[in-house]
Amino acid sequence: MSEVLFLVDHLGGKISKATGELATYAKSIGESVAVVFAQNADEIKSQLNTFPVDKVITVAGDWDKYGAPAIADGLAQLITAKSPAAVLITSSANGKEIAGRVAVFCGSGIITDAVNVDKDLITTQSVFGGSTTVHSTVTKGVPIITLRANSIEAVSATSSPTVETFAATISEAAKLAPISSSTPVVKGGRPDLTEASIVVSGGRGTNGDFKPVEALADALGAAVGASRAATDAGWYPHSHQVGQTGKTVSPQLYVAAGISGAIQHRAGMQTSKTIVAINKDPEAPILEIADFAVVGDLFNVLPQATAQIVARKA
Amino acid sequence: MKIAVCIKQVPDSWAEKKMAGQVLDRANVDAVLNDLDEYAVEEALRIVEANSPTKEAGEASGHSITLISMGPERATEAIRKGLSMGADNAILISDASLAGSDALATSLVLSEVIKKENYDLVICGTESTDARMSVVPAMIAARLSWAQLTFAGKVKVDLAGSAVEIERVTEFGNQVMGAKFPVILSVVEKINEPRYPSFKGIMSAKKKSITTMSIADTGVPASNVGASAAWSAVKDALPRPPRGAGVKLTDEGKGGEKLVEFLVEKRLA
Repeated sequence: MSEVLFLVDHLGGKISKATGELATYAKSIGESVAVVFAQNADEIKSQLNTFPVDKVITVAGDWDKYGAPAIADGLAQLITAKSPAAVLITSSANGKEIAGRVAVFCGSGIITDAVNVDKDLITTQSVFGGSTTVHSTVTKGVPIITLRANSIEAVSATSSPTVETFAATISEAAKLAPISSSTPVVKGGRPDLTEASIVVSGGRGTNGDFKPVEALADALGAAVGASRAATDAGWYPHSHQVGQTGKTVSPQLYVAAGISGAIQHRAGMQTSKTIVAINKDPEAPILEIADFAVVGDLFNVLPQATAQIVARKA
Repeated sequence: MKIAVCIKQVPDSWAEKKMAGQVLDRANVDAVLNDLDEYAVEEALRIVEANSPTKEAGEASGHSITLISMGPERATEAIRKGLSMGADNAILISDASLAGSDALATSLVLSEVIKKENYDLVICGTESTDARMSVVPAMIAARLSWAQLTFAGKVKVDLAGSAVEIERVTEFGNQVMGAKFPVILSVVEKINEPRYPSFKGIMSAKKKSITTMSIADTGVPASNVGASAAWSAVKDALPRPPRGAGVKLTDEGKGGEKLVEFLVEKRLA
């Protein structure tokens, strides 16, 4: 069976949730091969055993210092050596940069932000804010495909993959912009916006008071999002913006509180499995796409819902 | 300092977008300067202003800002916006053969054009709001073998040292990194507040030069660009079935409780 390489995303010795999803896609296409770029891969290797992984290839190097350009060099060399059926990478800022550089070096076609890839390597993308579904294929070279986090349920497995090491070199060009210091995101108690299975977002209707939004998010174990109106007003950090120019999320449940639902916002959340909206304005466009809509004041509805959820859990 | 800013004209991000066959329907929507490129233009202006004793942008300061765009004739509208913000001149690469180009072809054309001048900095937005691939800056850096300083939330230029330091802001956290000129930079939304063109800016933009290049002028063979040279192909593009509206009720005091009932029923709470 042909090998499908996937890039293991890891930070501080922990693999990302999306890595298990990539393993699941890889296994559905062929032999699933995890590629780990790390100075010390031992800790990471053991975390891969709970996913469908046939082989692990570890590549040692100064990846923390030189970042995406260096990893792209190493991955391109590995692809040249292995000629895999495809390469799967997470659709993150780093992942897409690595994919782009690898595509240039290997003369490969590239598809980004896929929400599915089938056994014939036909990808599905949800574009224009989820209003259009596009099926595509790479027509030249080893297909380089980046997949959005949360697009599939990771299959768990008990695997004992074979382990290989690969020696890669970092080009002079990839060493031009060394990283002098790194500050990981300070993880609050809340899950990451793009990985969360529930997102509660606030908009203009919050009038700058996100407390009821955060309280409901915490009761549900959800991430907090915000509309562009709210981030532009400085009410919530820009990194939480959901929409056309912000993050695209596709959680199991999306709660939009005080968000009118302009296309700018819908573009970032329309593919959520279930949408709940709370808005004072009965004409707000968000209500038209909601599975459950409450026309009312979020300052009454959210605290009541939060209290109810907390009471149920008690 | 010679700065280039790569910009793109895109359908308005506040408008509904549709497909026309295998490609985006660009004819029937308002076209604007990509929102995220405005931050790149603004950052270029700020870098020049911070490094000009007279605080005046423009070639008189010994610095220049050139906008580079690939697109149809109509993209001059987006270019004028960038010029009226304060960029000095522009290059528009426009050729029928470019229609349907993928990111690989786009990055190839842009890097060939960039090569023709000795730019110190090339600044891009992080992505275009239409294709949203976010790969072109990295591809240009790879093709030119230049340093890549992308997703910058802060940019510090050390003119005397011909160096740039940035704070890279991604979902993984922040990183400080730096490099010597020449550098490809991409800047994130909210790195700055893009200025509105002034009346004077709009008037003077009309007199600024836009050089039009054909594909032949770039030196890239026409057979390497456009839809027929793309290394990925769209099989089909279908409008997603509209989401049916679900339950809608007006809060009469029990809205929150009803909401929770719905979530429980759906096993979401």
